[in-house]
Amino acid sequence: MRLSNVRTVFRKELLDQLRDRRTLFSMVVVPIVLFPLMTIGFGLLAARMVERARQEGASVMLLGGEHAPALAERVRGTEGIRVVPAESDYKEQISDKKIRAAVQIPAGFEENLRDSGDAPTVKILHYAGEIRSQFALRTLQKVLRDYRDEVVEDRLRAAKLSPALLEPFKSEEENVAPPEKVGGAVLGGLIPYFIIILTLTGAAYPAIDLTAGEKERGTIETILASPVSRTELVAGKFLMVVTASLTTSILAIASFAATFLVAGQQFSDSMNRPGTKGMVFVISGKAIAAVFFMVLPLAVLFSAALLAISLLAKSYKEAQSYIQPLIIVVILPAIVALLPGVELNPKLALVPVLNVSLVSKEILTGNYPWGLIALIFGSSSVYAAAALFVAVRAFQRESVLFRT
Amino acid sequence: MIEAQALTKTFRDRKRGEIHAVDRVSFTCQPGQIYGLLGANGAGKTTTLRMLATILQPSDGTARVAGFDVVEQPERVRANVGFLSTATALYGRLTARETVEYFGRLNGLNGGALRQRIEELFKLLEIGEFADRRCDKLSTGMKQKVSIARTLVHDPPVMIFDEPTVGLDVMTARTIVGFIRDCRTRGKTVIFSTHVMSEAEKLCDTIGILHDGRLLAEGTLAELRQRAGMEDLEEIFVRTVEAA
Repeated sequence: MRLSNVRTVFRKELLDQLRDRRTLFSMVVVPIVLFPLMTIGFGLLAARMVERARQEGASVMLLGGEHAPALAERVRGTEGIRVVPAESDYKEQISDKKIRAAVQIPAGFEENLRDSGDAPTVKILHYAGEIRSQFALRTLQKVLRDYRDEVVEDRLRAAKLSPALLEPFKSEEENVAPPEKVGGAVLGGLIPYFIIILTLTGAAYPAIDLTAGEKERGTIETILASPVSRTELVAGKFLMVVTASLTTSILAIASFAATFLVAGQQFSDSMNRPGTKGMVFVISGKAIAAVFFMVLPLAVLFSAALLAISLLAKSYKEAQSYIQPLIIVVILPAIVALLPGVELNPKLALVPVLNVSLVSKEILTGNYPWGLIALIFGSSSVYAAAALFVAVRAFQRESVLFRT
Repeated sequence: MIEAQALTKTFRDRKRGEIHAVDRVSFTCQPGQIYGLLGANGAGKTTTLRMLATILQPSDGTARVAGFDVVEQPERVRANVGFLSTATALYGRLTARETVEYFGRLNGLNGGALRQRIEELFKLLEIGEFADRRCDKLSTGMKQKVSIARTLVHDPPVMIFDEPTVGLDVMTARTIVGFIRDCRTRGKTVIFSTHVMSEAEKLCDTIGILHDGRLLAEGTLAELRQRAGMEDLEEIFVRTVEAA
């Protein structure tokens, strides 16, 4: 193999691909734009939804409000709740999302409360799984709880007992996981998933263009008639596809890191809930470099596999239909890594794609299981070498190159 | 020089079984001469020429091209061959200059020698004015000129043309025919395939009639006429094929 020829083929393919708008789009635009767009888009969407829900308030019907004037008054005065006139088809209206919930107060509620008779039951009717109905449900639960607490307090005072009697001890929650672990746990599964998918999609277009594309445009015979050997040819093409794949993943990682720096603080503020006081997302440069290192053999594997598969096709369209199943094959293990409870172990370290996805999740949470990292890098490299071997062999086969 | 020795190519087809696309074909082309392979579509012309250009490997037999064996030394063969067919398209996103440069480099040329060679060719073929335009923006005639420059960049002693004029307009076809003649004048060994009788009559020093993968007759135009006892090449061709 003459390296000068490999370099010549690579440089020509690079020039050729850089002039192709479709490659530029998948290799440069998508990875750069995806993360900021998703973050900002998601953030804006979430903020707008919350704001709208807050402004509109949840429509709620009070059924039997006349049996409990004090409680009804509280419900009416609650922020985020808008009481609408009671109607008999309240159940349908909840199902049809015309109103979010209804509060049903039994007859004699006030009297029962005053006489400390049988405890009356207040029923909240809601729509399970419907976000705004659940929001109304939680607000109404809080109103009832507060009202009940006040009634209890009044009764204790009447019996000359201290309200502290009901709270013999207090409880408090505190997050002790370091910030990068919290950030990693929240985003750790999702980020490698996107990077892996982009490593594949970044390579897909050039791989098709350099193989099936050449067949379709009739340049394959031109190049095969030149003194370049088929191994040199496939090596040059492979380098180009790997370059595209790695460029896509580097840009994706860089864009992700930049988005994180800019929007991370805002995002972590909005994610903060009581009990996760001061939660800040931090992802170290070391972790990002390590994730990139793990993606390397994967880029080789994807590039070689895509080249070999798309070389089988006669045309661009045919190649696309061959590659679609591959995308699903890659997405599946990447999704499995997102499932809760799927943890890295020596067996899973041998499953391609899933292993890199899982180890990236570990790395982003600040864990470095070195033995498994070596095993994953090693096994991924073996798969990559095997795929490259298949691609080189495919380029030697006349039945593949000249399929009619 | 080209010497084909019992060149054979067999394909396997799922429906039709084993197909002998080229069946023990032997012939010799001398430098400074044009050898024409005359045959109908599917006769095995393209497969024969592809084997000579080492794009396909013979199933049996071999050939020596410019002194190198097509099976043993395919890369040396390709370094000594210029191959042009209507199927050898150009890279649309490269300019004419980049295209010729690319093939020059793959043929081991670089630096000043490559630049000088490109300038010579561009002057000869009048490519200068569109040298830096992308190939997909060129007319068919311009593209053919760039293709010719591409095949000539390494000044190969052997030229292989596979139906080079198919689908071209009269003017572009004339450029190609003129170019083939020019190659002969320069002492190159030229082989070309065609199914156009008039082209074969005008150009070829030796004609080989190929049918169903077999070489049925071979000789100069005069020899073929004498043997068949008729003047018209088309008649000679039809008679030969029908007799097979």
